[in-house]
Amino acid sequence: MSMRIAVGILLTAVIVAGIGLPMVPQPAAWYEMPVIPGLEQKARIIFFHVPTAWLSVIAFVTSMVYGIRYLRRKNLNDDIKSSAAAGLGLMFCILATVTGSIWARFNWGSYWNWDPRETSIFVLLLIYGAYFSLRSAVEVEEKRASLSAVYSIIAAVTVPFFIFIMPRIMTGLHPGAKGDPEGAGPVVDFKMAPNMRVIFFTSLIAFTMLFYWMFSLRVRAALLEQKHD
Amino acid sequence: MPSAEPIRLPWARSVWAIFLKDWHSELRTRYAISALIMFVITTIAIMVFSLGSESAPADVLSAMLWVVIFFGAMSGLSRTFVMEEERGTSMMLQLMATPSAVFFGKLLFNLLLVLVLNCFTVCLYAAFIAGFVVRSAGIFLVTLLLGSVGFASASTIIAAIIARANTRGTLYPVLSFPILLPLLLTVIDGTRLAADGAFFQEAYGEFQILVSYIVVVTAVSYLLFDHIWKD
Repeated sequence: MSMRIAVGILLTAVIVAGIGLPMVPQPAAWYEMPVIPGLEQKARIIFFHVPTAWLSVIAFVTSMVYGIRYLRRKNLNDDIKSSAAAGLGLMFCILATVTGSIWARFNWGSYWNWDPRETSIFVLLLIYGAYFSLRSAVEVEEKRASLSAVYSIIAAVTVPFFIFIMPRIMTGLHPGAKGDPEGAGPVVDFKMAPNMRVIFFTSLIAFTMLFYWMFSLRVRAALLEQKHD
Repeated sequence: MPSAEPIRLPWARSVWAIFLKDWHSELRTRYAISALIMFVITTIAIMVFSLGSESAPADVLSAMLWVVIFFGAMSGLSRTFVMEEERGTSMMLQLMATPSAVFFGKLLFNLLLVLVLNCFTVCLYAAFIAGFVVRSAGIFLVTLLLGSVGFASASTIIAAIIARANTRGTLYPVLSFPILLPLLLTVIDGTRLAADGAFFQEAYGEFQILVSYIVVVTAVSYLLFDHIWKD
Protein backbone atom coordinates (compact mmCIF):
# COMPACT_ATOMS: atom_id res chain seq x y z
CA MET A 1 0.00 0.00 0.00
CA SER A 2 2.68 2.49 1.08
CA MET A 3 4.78 1.17 -1.80
CA ARG A 4 2.02 2.07 -4.25
CA ILE A 5 1.75 5.64 -2.91
CA ALA A 6 5.52 6.14 -2.92
CA VAL A 7 5.82 4.92 -6.51
CA GLY A 8 2.93 7.18 -7.52
CA ILE A 9 4.45 10.27 -5.93
CA LEU A 10 7.96 9.65 -7.26
CA LEU A 11 6.83 8.89 -10.81
CA THR A 12 4.55 11.95 -10.89
CA ALA A 13 7.43 14.11 -9.74
CA VAL A 14 9.72 12.62 -12.40
CA ILE A 15 7.14 13.10 -15.17
CA VAL A 16 6.37 16.71 -14.15
CA ALA A 17 10.03 17.66 -13.72
CA GLY A 18 11.29 15.72 -16.73
CA ILE A 19 8.75 17.15 -19.16
CA GLY A 20 7.97 20.50 -17.52
CA LEU A 21 11.29 22.06 -16.56
CA PRO A 22 12.59 24.53 -19.18
CA MET A 23 15.75 23.94 -21.19
CA VAL A 24 17.86 27.08 -21.76
CA PRO A 25 21.31 27.64 -23.33
CA GLN A 26 22.78 29.24 -20.16
CA PRO A 27 21.07 27.76 -17.10
CA ALA A 28 21.07 30.15 -14.14
CA ALA A 29 18.25 29.10 -11.82
CA TRP A 30 18.24 25.70 -10.16
CA TYR A 31 15.27 24.48 -12.20
CA GLU A 32 16.73 25.31 -15.63
CA MET A 33 18.29 22.46 -17.59
CA PRO A 34 21.13 23.04 -20.07
CA VAL A 35 20.61 22.46 -23.78
CA ILE A 36 22.78 19.58 -25.01
CA PRO A 37 23.88 20.33 -28.60
CA GLY A 38 22.44 17.81 -31.06
CA LEU A 39 19.86 16.54 -28.58
CA GLU A 40 17.96 19.67 -27.43
CA GLN A 41 14.40 18.87 -26.24
CA LYS A 42 14.85 15.27 -27.33
CA ALA A 43 17.25 14.78 -24.40
CA ARG A 44 14.24 14.50 -22.09
CA ILE A 45 13.77 10.88 -23.19
CA ILE A 46 16.67 9.90 -20.94
CA PHE A 47 14.41 10.21 -17.87
CA PHE A 48 12.03 7.56 -19.21
CA HIS A 49 13.80 5.47 -21.83
CA VAL A 50 16.95 4.60 -19.89
CA PRO A 51 15.06 3.49 -16.73
CA THR A 52 12.83 1.27 -18.91
CA ALA A 53 15.86 -0.40 -20.46
CA TRP A 54 17.44 -0.66 -17.00
CA LEU A 55 14.27 -2.36 -15.72
CA SER A 56 14.26 -4.92 -18.49
CA VAL A 57 17.81 -5.88 -17.50
CA ILE A 58 16.90 -6.00 -13.77
CA ALA A 59 13.93 -8.23 -14.61
CA PHE A 60 16.20 -10.49 -16.64
CA VAL A 61 18.64 -10.85 -13.75
CA THR A 62 15.79 -11.40 -11.25
CA SER A 63 14.34 -14.09 -13.47
CA MET A 64 17.71 -15.79 -13.70
CA VAL A 65 18.34 -15.61 -9.94
CA TYR A 66 14.98 -17.26 -9.22
CA GLY A 67 15.80 -19.80 -11.93
CA ILE A 68 19.03 -20.68 -10.11
CA ARG A 69 17.10 -20.90 -6.81
CA TYR A 70 14.65 -23.27 -8.47
CA LEU A 71 17.46 -25.51 -9.68
CA ARG A 72 18.94 -25.65 -6.17
CA ARG A 73 15.77 -26.14 -4.12
CA LYS A 74 13.22 -27.50 -6.67
CA ASN A 75 10.48 -25.30 -5.21
CA LEU A 76 7.87 -24.46 -7.88
CA ASN A 77 7.16 -21.07 -6.26
CA ASP A 78 10.60 -19.96 -7.43
CA ASP A 79 9.61 -20.83 -10.99
CA ILE A 80 6.45 -18.71 -10.66
CA LYS A 81 8.63 -15.79 -9.55
CA SER A 82 11.10 -16.42 -12.35
CA SER A 83 8.43 -16.36 -15.07
CA ALA A 84 6.67 -13.35 -13.50
CA ALA A 85 9.92 -11.37 -13.64
CA ALA A 86 10.54 -12.48 -17.21
CA GLY A 87 7.05 -11.37 -18.26
CA LEU A 88 7.61 -7.90 -16.83
CA GLY A 89 11.04 -7.82 -18.42
CA LEU A 90 9.55 -8.59 -21.84
CA MET A 91 7.03 -5.77 -21.43
CA PHE A 92 9.64 -3.19 -20.41
CA CYS A 93 11.99 -4.44 -23.11
CA ILE A 94 9.30 -3.78 -25.72
CA LEU A 95 8.68 -0.34 -24.20
CA ALA A 96 12.38 0.52 -24.28
CA THR A 97 12.62 -0.65 -27.91
CA VAL A 98 9.58 1.36 -29.00
CA THR A 99 10.53 4.57 -27.17
CA GLY A 100 14.12 4.31 -28.38
CA SER A 101 12.96 3.68 -31.92
CA ILE A 102 10.63 6.71 -31.95
CA TRP A 103 13.47 8.85 -30.56
CA ALA A 104 15.84 7.48 -33.21
CA ARG A 105 13.35 8.49 -35.93
CA PHE A 106 13.68 12.15 -34.88
CA ASN A 107 17.34 12.17 -33.89
CA TRP A 108 19.00 9.84 -36.39
CA GLY A 109 16.41 10.00 -39.18
CA SER A 110 15.16 6.42 -39.21
CA TYR A 111 13.33 4.11 -36.85
CA TRP A 112 15.99 1.42 -36.88
CA ASN A 113 19.73 1.68 -37.62
CA TRP A 114 21.30 -1.51 -36.13
CA ASP A 115 23.32 0.59 -33.77
CA PRO A 116 25.15 -1.70 -31.23
CA ARG A 117 22.70 -0.77 -28.49
CA GLU A 118 19.73 -1.41 -30.75
CA THR A 119 21.31 -4.76 -31.59
CA SER A 120 21.69 -5.63 -27.89
CA ILE A 121 18.10 -4.76 -27.03
CA PHE A 122 16.96 -6.74 -30.06
CA VAL A 123 18.90 -9.74 -28.74
CA LEU A 124 17.30 -9.29 -25.31
CA LEU A 125 13.87 -9.31 -27.02
CA LEU A 126 14.82 -12.50 -28.89
CA ILE A 127 15.94 -14.17 -25.66
CA TYR A 128 12.67 -13.28 -23.93
CA GLY A 129 10.74 -14.55 -26.95
CA ALA A 130 12.72 -17.80 -27.00
CA TYR A 131 12.24 -18.19 -23.24
CA PHE A 132 8.46 -17.97 -23.54
CA SER A 133 8.27 -20.23 -26.60
CA LEU A 134 10.29 -22.81 -24.67
CA ARG A 135 7.93 -22.50 -21.70
CA SER A 136 4.88 -23.01 -23.89
CA ALA A 137 6.44 -26.10 -25.52
CA VAL A 138 6.85 -28.06 -22.27
CA GLU A 139 3.76 -29.30 -20.44
CA VAL A 140 5.13 -30.97 -17.29
CA GLU A 141 5.58 -28.21 -14.69
CA GLU A 142 8.82 -29.43 -13.13
CA LYS A 143 10.43 -30.03 -16.50
CA ARG A 144 9.28 -26.63 -17.78
CA ALA A 145 10.72 -24.95 -14.70
CA SER A 146 14.14 -26.56 -14.92
CA LEU A 147 14.48 -26.26 -18.72
CA SER A 148 13.54 -22.57 -18.74
CA ALA A 149 15.84 -21.89 -15.78
CA VAL A 150 18.74 -23.56 -17.60
CA TYR A 151 17.97 -21.62 -20.76
CA SER A 152 17.85 -18.27 -18.99
CA ILE A 153 21.21 -18.96 -17.33
CA ILE A 154 22.85 -19.90 -20.64
CA ALA A 155 21.36 -16.82 -22.28
CA ALA A 156 22.54 -14.66 -19.38
CA VAL A 157 26.15 -15.76 -19.71
CA THR A 158 26.21 -14.95 -23.43
CA VAL A 159 24.55 -11.52 -23.08
CA PRO A 160 27.67 -9.78 -21.65
CA PHE A 161 29.38 -10.51 -24.97
CA PHE A 162 26.98 -7.96 -26.48
CA ILE A 163 26.58 -5.40 -23.75
CA PHE A 164 30.28 -5.05 -23.05
CA ILE A 165 32.16 -6.17 -26.18
CA MET A 166 30.04 -5.32 -29.21
CA PRO A 167 29.38 -1.60 -28.50
CA ARG A 168 33.10 -1.17 -27.82
CA ILE A 169 34.38 -2.72 -31.04
CA MET A 170 31.79 -1.14 -33.32
CA THR A 171 31.24 2.58 -33.70
CA GLY A 172 27.70 3.51 -32.87
CA LEU A 173 25.28 6.41 -33.01
CA HIS A 174 23.96 6.08 -29.46
CA PRO A 175 25.10 8.74 -26.96
CA GLY A 176 27.91 7.18 -24.92
CA ALA A 177 29.03 4.78 -27.67
CA LYS A 178 32.55 4.66 -29.11
CA GLY A 179 32.92 7.63 -31.44
CA ASP A 180 30.66 9.93 -29.40
CA PRO A 181 32.43 13.35 -29.18
CA GLU A 182 31.39 13.51 -25.50
CA GLY A 183 33.49 10.38 -24.90
CA ALA A 184 32.69 6.69 -24.66
CA GLY A 185 31.26 5.20 -21.50
CA PRO A 186 27.95 4.48 -19.82
CA VAL A 187 25.31 7.04 -20.78
CA VAL A 188 25.01 8.32 -17.23
CA ASP A 189 28.58 9.60 -17.39
CA PHE A 190 28.14 11.98 -20.29
CA LYS A 191 27.89 15.64 -19.32
CA MET A 192 24.63 15.73 -17.40
CA ALA A 193 23.82 18.78 -15.33
CA PRO A 194 23.36 18.18 -11.56
CA ASN A 195 19.62 18.92 -11.64
CA MET A 196 19.14 16.54 -14.59
CA ARG A 197 21.13 13.95 -12.70
CA VAL A 198 18.79 14.24 -9.69
CA ILE A 199 15.72 13.68 -11.91
CA PHE A 200 17.47 10.83 -13.71
CA PHE A 201 18.41 8.94 -10.57
CA THR A 202 15.02 9.59 -8.97
CA SER A 203 13.49 8.11 -12.09
CA LEU A 204 15.77 5.06 -11.87
CA ILE A 205 14.76 4.50 -8.23
CA ALA A 206 11.06 5.06 -9.01
CA PHE A 207 11.13 2.61 -11.92
CA THR A 208 12.95 0.02 -9.81
CA MET A 209 10.27 0.37 -7.12
CA LEU A 210 7.61 0.14 -9.83
CA PHE A 211 9.16 -3.13 -10.96
CA TYR A 212 9.22 -4.49 -7.43
CA TRP A 213 5.57 -3.51 -6.89
CA MET A 214 4.36 -5.03 -10.17
CA PHE A 215 6.47 -8.11 -9.56
CA SER A 216 4.99 -8.78 -6.11
CA LEU A 217 1.46 -8.22 -7.48
CA ARG A 218 2.02 -10.73 -10.26
CA VAL A 219 3.55 -13.28 -7.89
CA ARG A 220 0.65 -12.92 -5.44
CA ALA A 221 -1.88 -13.31 -8.23
CA ALA A 222 -0.10 -16.39 -9.60
CA LEU A 223 0.10 -18.00 -6.15
CA LEU A 224 -3.62 -17.38 -5.54
CA GLU A 225 -4.43 -18.81 -8.93
CA GLN A 226 -2.41 -21.91 -8.11
CA LYS A 227 -4.17 -22.32 -4.76
CA HIS A 228 -7.53 -21.96 -6.50
CA ASP A 229 -6.88 -24.78 -8.99
CA MET B 1 20.63 -60.17 -3.55
CA PRO B 2 23.13 -58.85 -6.12
CA SER B 3 23.88 -55.14 -6.14
CA ALA B 4 21.79 -53.08 -8.57
CA GLU B 5 24.67 -50.69 -9.22
CA PRO B 6 25.52 -50.89 -12.94
CA ILE B 7 29.09 -51.34 -14.06
CA ARG B 8 30.57 -47.98 -15.02
CA LEU B 9 33.54 -47.34 -17.25
CA PRO B 10 36.13 -44.70 -16.30
CA TRP B 11 35.01 -41.20 -17.36
CA ALA B 12 37.24 -40.72 -20.42
CA ARG B 13 36.43 -44.17 -21.75
CA SER B 14 32.70 -43.68 -21.36
CA VAL B 15 32.91 -40.33 -23.20
CA TRP B 16 34.69 -42.13 -26.01
CA ALA B 17 32.18 -45.01 -25.91
CA ILE B 18 29.23 -42.62 -26.28
CA PHE B 19 30.98 -40.84 -29.12
CA LEU B 20 31.60 -44.18 -30.87
CA LYS B 21 28.01 -45.31 -30.28
CA ASP B 22 26.68 -42.15 -31.92
CA TRP B 23 29.19 -42.40 -34.72
CA HIS B 24 28.29 -46.02 -35.50
CA SER B 25 24.55 -45.37 -35.43
CA GLU B 26 25.15 -42.33 -37.64
CA LEU B 27 27.09 -44.48 -40.12
CA ARG B 28 24.22 -46.95 -40.15
CA THR B 29 21.48 -44.42 -40.99
CA ARG B 30 23.53 -41.45 -42.25
CA TYR B 31 20.62 -39.27 -41.15
CA ALA B 32 22.47 -36.23 -39.82
CA ILE B 33 25.27 -36.24 -42.41
CA SER B 34 22.92 -36.51 -45.37
CA ALA B 35 20.59 -33.84 -43.93
CA LEU B 36 23.51 -31.46 -43.43
CA ILE B 37 25.09 -32.08 -46.83
CA MET B 38 21.83 -31.86 -48.78
CA PHE B 39 20.94 -28.67 -46.95
CA VAL B 40 24.27 -27.06 -47.81
CA ILE B 41 24.06 -28.11 -51.48
CA THR B 42 20.51 -26.75 -51.77
CA THR B 43 21.32 -23.43 -50.12
CA ILE B 44 24.47 -22.81 -52.14
CA ALA B 45 22.60 -23.74 -55.33
CA ILE B 46 19.93 -21.16 -54.45
CA MET B 47 22.65 -18.58 -53.85
CA VAL B 48 24.33 -19.35 -57.18
CA PHE B 49 21.04 -19.09 -59.07
CA SER B 50 19.98 -15.88 -57.33
CA LEU B 51 23.36 -14.22 -57.86
CA GLY B 52 23.40 -15.19 -61.55
CA SER B 53 26.27 -13.41 -63.24
CA GLU B 54 26.35 -10.64 -60.63
CA SER B 55 29.08 -10.62 -57.98
CA ALA B 56 28.41 -9.51 -54.43
CA PRO B 57 30.94 -7.59 -52.30
CA ALA B 58 33.39 -9.70 -50.24
CA ASP B 59 31.96 -8.76 -46.83
CA VAL B 60 28.44 -9.75 -47.90
CA LEU B 61 29.78 -13.09 -49.14
CA SER B 62 31.71 -13.75 -45.91
CA ALA B 63 28.52 -13.10 -43.93
CA MET B 64 26.49 -15.34 -46.25
CA LEU B 65 28.95 -18.20 -45.66
CA TRP B 66 28.00 -18.19 -41.97
CA VAL B 67 24.31 -17.89 -42.74
CA VAL B 68 24.60 -21.13 -44.73
CA ILE B 69 26.56 -22.77 -41.90
CA PHE B 70 24.10 -21.58 -39.23
CA PHE B 71 21.01 -22.96 -40.93
CA GLY B 72 22.87 -26.09 -41.98
CA ALA B 73 23.84 -26.72 -38.36
CA MET B 74 20.26 -26.09 -37.26
CA SER B 75 19.02 -28.79 -39.64
CA GLY B 76 21.17 -31.61 -38.30
CA LEU B 77 22.78 -30.99 -34.92
CA SER B 78 19.75 -31.56 -32.70
CA ARG B 79 19.71 -35.17 -33.89
CA THR B 80 22.04 -36.59 -31.20
CA PHE B 81 19.64 -35.89 -28.33
CA VAL B 82 16.30 -36.03 -30.18
CA MET B 83 17.25 -39.53 -31.40
CA GLU B 84 17.67 -40.78 -27.82
CA GLU B 85 14.22 -39.47 -26.88
CA GLU B 86 12.52 -40.85 -30.00
CA ARG B 87 14.01 -44.31 -29.63
CA GLY B 88 13.36 -44.28 -25.91
CA THR B 89 17.02 -44.99 -25.15
CA SER B 90 17.70 -41.97 -22.94
CA MET B 91 16.72 -43.86 -19.79
CA MET B 92 19.25 -46.57 -20.62
CA LEU B 93 21.93 -43.97 -21.20
CA GLN B 94 21.14 -42.33 -17.86
CA LEU B 95 21.81 -45.64 -16.14
CA MET B 96 24.95 -46.49 -18.07
CA ALA B 97 26.94 -43.26 -17.88
CA THR B 98 27.37 -40.14 -15.77
CA PRO B 99 25.67 -37.00 -17.15
CA SER B 100 28.99 -35.28 -17.81
CA ALA B 101 30.22 -38.26 -19.82
CA VAL B 102 27.02 -38.16 -21.90
CA PHE B 103 27.41 -34.42 -22.46
CA PHE B 104 31.04 -34.58 -23.56
CA GLY B 105 30.43 -37.65 -25.73
CA LYS B 106 27.62 -35.86 -27.54
CA LEU B 107 29.70 -32.68 -27.73
CA LEU B 108 32.53 -34.60 -29.38
CA PHE B 109 30.13 -36.13 -31.88
CA ASN B 110 28.54 -32.75 -32.69
CA LEU B 111 32.01 -31.24 -33.05
CA LEU B 112 32.87 -33.87 -35.64
CA LEU B 113 29.61 -33.15 -37.50
CA VAL B 114 30.22 -29.38 -37.45
CA LEU B 115 33.77 -29.83 -38.72
CA VAL B 116 32.55 -32.04 -41.58
CA LEU B 117 29.78 -29.53 -42.32
CA ASN B 118 32.10 -26.52 -42.28
CA CYS B 119 34.82 -28.09 -44.44
CA PHE B 120 32.21 -29.22 -46.94
CA THR B 121 30.47 -25.82 -46.98
CA VAL B 122 33.72 -23.91 -47.41
CA CYS B 123 34.88 -26.17 -50.28
CA LEU B 124 31.57 -25.84 -52.13
CA TYR B 125 31.37 -22.12 -51.40
CA ALA B 126 34.89 -21.47 -52.70
CA ALA B 127 34.19 -23.55 -55.81
CA PHE B 128 30.85 -22.03 -56.81
CA ILE B 129 30.73 -18.48 -55.44
CA ALA B 130 32.97 -16.44 -57.71
CA GLY B 131 33.62 -13.35 -55.57
CA PHE B 132 34.69 -15.24 -52.43
CA VAL B 133 38.46 -14.96 -52.01
CA VAL B 134 40.42 -15.55 -48.81
CA ARG B 135 43.55 -13.40 -48.70
CA SER B 136 44.84 -14.37 -45.26
CA ALA B 137 44.46 -18.11 -44.86
CA GLY B 138 45.74 -18.10 -41.25
CA ILE B 139 42.93 -15.90 -39.94
CA PHE B 140 40.38 -17.85 -41.94
CA LEU B 141 41.48 -21.27 -40.66
CA VAL B 142 41.66 -20.18 -37.00
CA THR B 143 38.25 -18.47 -37.28
CA LEU B 144 36.74 -21.54 -38.91
CA LEU B 145 38.19 -23.88 -36.27
CA LEU B 146 37.23 -21.75 -33.25
CA GLY B 147 33.84 -21.02 -34.83
CA SER B 148 33.20 -24.75 -35.25
CA VAL B 149 34.05 -25.51 -31.61
CA GLY B 150 31.79 -22.67 -30.43
CA PHE B 151 28.94 -23.81 -32.69
CA ALA B 152 29.26 -27.36 -31.40
CA SER B 153 29.26 -26.43 -27.70
CA ALA B 154 26.29 -24.02 -27.90
CA SER B 155 24.20 -26.24 -30.17
CA THR B 156 24.78 -29.37 -28.04
CA ILE B 157 23.28 -27.88 -24.89
CA ILE B 158 20.34 -26.34 -26.80
CA ALA B 159 19.75 -29.73 -28.47
CA ALA B 160 19.61 -31.31 -25.01
CA ILE B 161 16.98 -28.75 -23.98
CA ILE B 162 14.74 -29.08 -27.02
CA ALA B 163 14.89 -32.89 -26.97
CA ARG B 164 12.78 -32.63 -23.79
CA ALA B 165 10.21 -30.23 -25.30
CA ASN B 166 7.26 -31.01 -27.57
CA THR B 167 7.80 -28.92 -30.71
CA ARG B 168 11.39 -29.76 -31.51
CA GLY B 169 11.94 -28.76 -35.12
CA THR B 170 10.91 -25.11 -34.96
CA LEU B 171 12.16 -24.51 -31.45
CA TYR B 172 15.79 -25.33 -32.21
CA PRO B 173 16.72 -22.29 -34.33
CA VAL B 174 14.55 -20.03 -32.15
CA LEU B 175 16.44 -21.00 -28.99
CA SER B 176 19.86 -21.22 -30.62
CA PHE B 177 19.92 -17.90 -32.44
CA PRO B 178 20.23 -15.50 -29.45
CA ILE B 179 22.87 -17.79 -27.91
CA LEU B 180 24.84 -18.13 -31.15
CA LEU B 181 24.59 -14.49 -32.23
CA PRO B 182 27.72 -13.20 -30.40
CA LEU B 183 29.64 -16.09 -31.97
CA LEU B 184 28.14 -15.45 -35.42
CA LEU B 185 28.93 -11.72 -35.37
CA THR B 186 32.52 -12.43 -34.32
CA VAL B 187 33.19 -15.15 -36.90
CA ILE B 188 31.63 -13.00 -39.62
CA ASP B 189 33.99 -10.21 -38.59
CA GLY B 190 36.93 -12.63 -38.65
CA THR B 191 35.99 -13.94 -42.09
CA ARG B 192 35.68 -10.39 -43.37
CA LEU B 193 39.20 -9.63 -42.07
CA ALA B 194 40.45 -12.79 -43.80
CA ALA B 195 38.80 -11.74 -47.07
CA ASP B 196 40.34 -8.26 -46.77
CA GLY B 197 43.80 -9.75 -46.30
CA ALA B 198 44.44 -8.36 -42.81
CA PHE B 199 47.55 -9.25 -40.82
CA PHE B 200 47.21 -12.15 -38.39
CA GLN B 201 47.69 -9.85 -35.37
CA GLU B 202 44.69 -7.71 -36.36
CA ALA B 203 42.33 -10.59 -35.67
CA TYR B 204 43.57 -11.24 -32.10
CA GLY B 205 40.56 -9.41 -30.64
CA GLU B 206 38.17 -11.72 -32.52
CA PHE B 207 40.10 -14.81 -31.42
CA GLN B 208 39.99 -13.69 -27.79
CA ILE B 209 36.20 -13.24 -27.95
CA LEU B 210 35.81 -16.65 -29.61
CA VAL B 211 37.99 -18.46 -27.07
CA SER B 212 36.25 -16.84 -24.10
CA TYR B 213 32.85 -17.63 -25.63
CA ILE B 214 33.81 -21.30 -26.03
CA VAL B 215 35.16 -21.55 -22.47
CA VAL B 216 32.14 -19.82 -20.90
CA VAL B 217 29.48 -21.71 -22.86
CA THR B 218 31.12 -25.12 -22.39
CA ALA B 219 31.65 -24.57 -18.66
CA VAL B 220 28.07 -23.41 -18.08
CA SER B 221 26.68 -26.27 -20.19
CA TYR B 222 28.73 -28.78 -18.20
CA LEU B 223 27.44 -27.35 -14.91
CA LEU B 224 23.78 -27.25 -15.99
CA PHE B 225 23.54 -30.45 -18.00
CA ASP B 226 22.56 -32.51 -14.91
CA HIS B 227 19.34 -30.51 -14.55
CA ILE B 228 18.32 -31.14 -18.15
CA TRP B 229 19.36 -34.73 -18.37
CA LYS B 230 18.00 -36.23 -15.14
CA ASP B 231 14.25 -36.69 -14.81
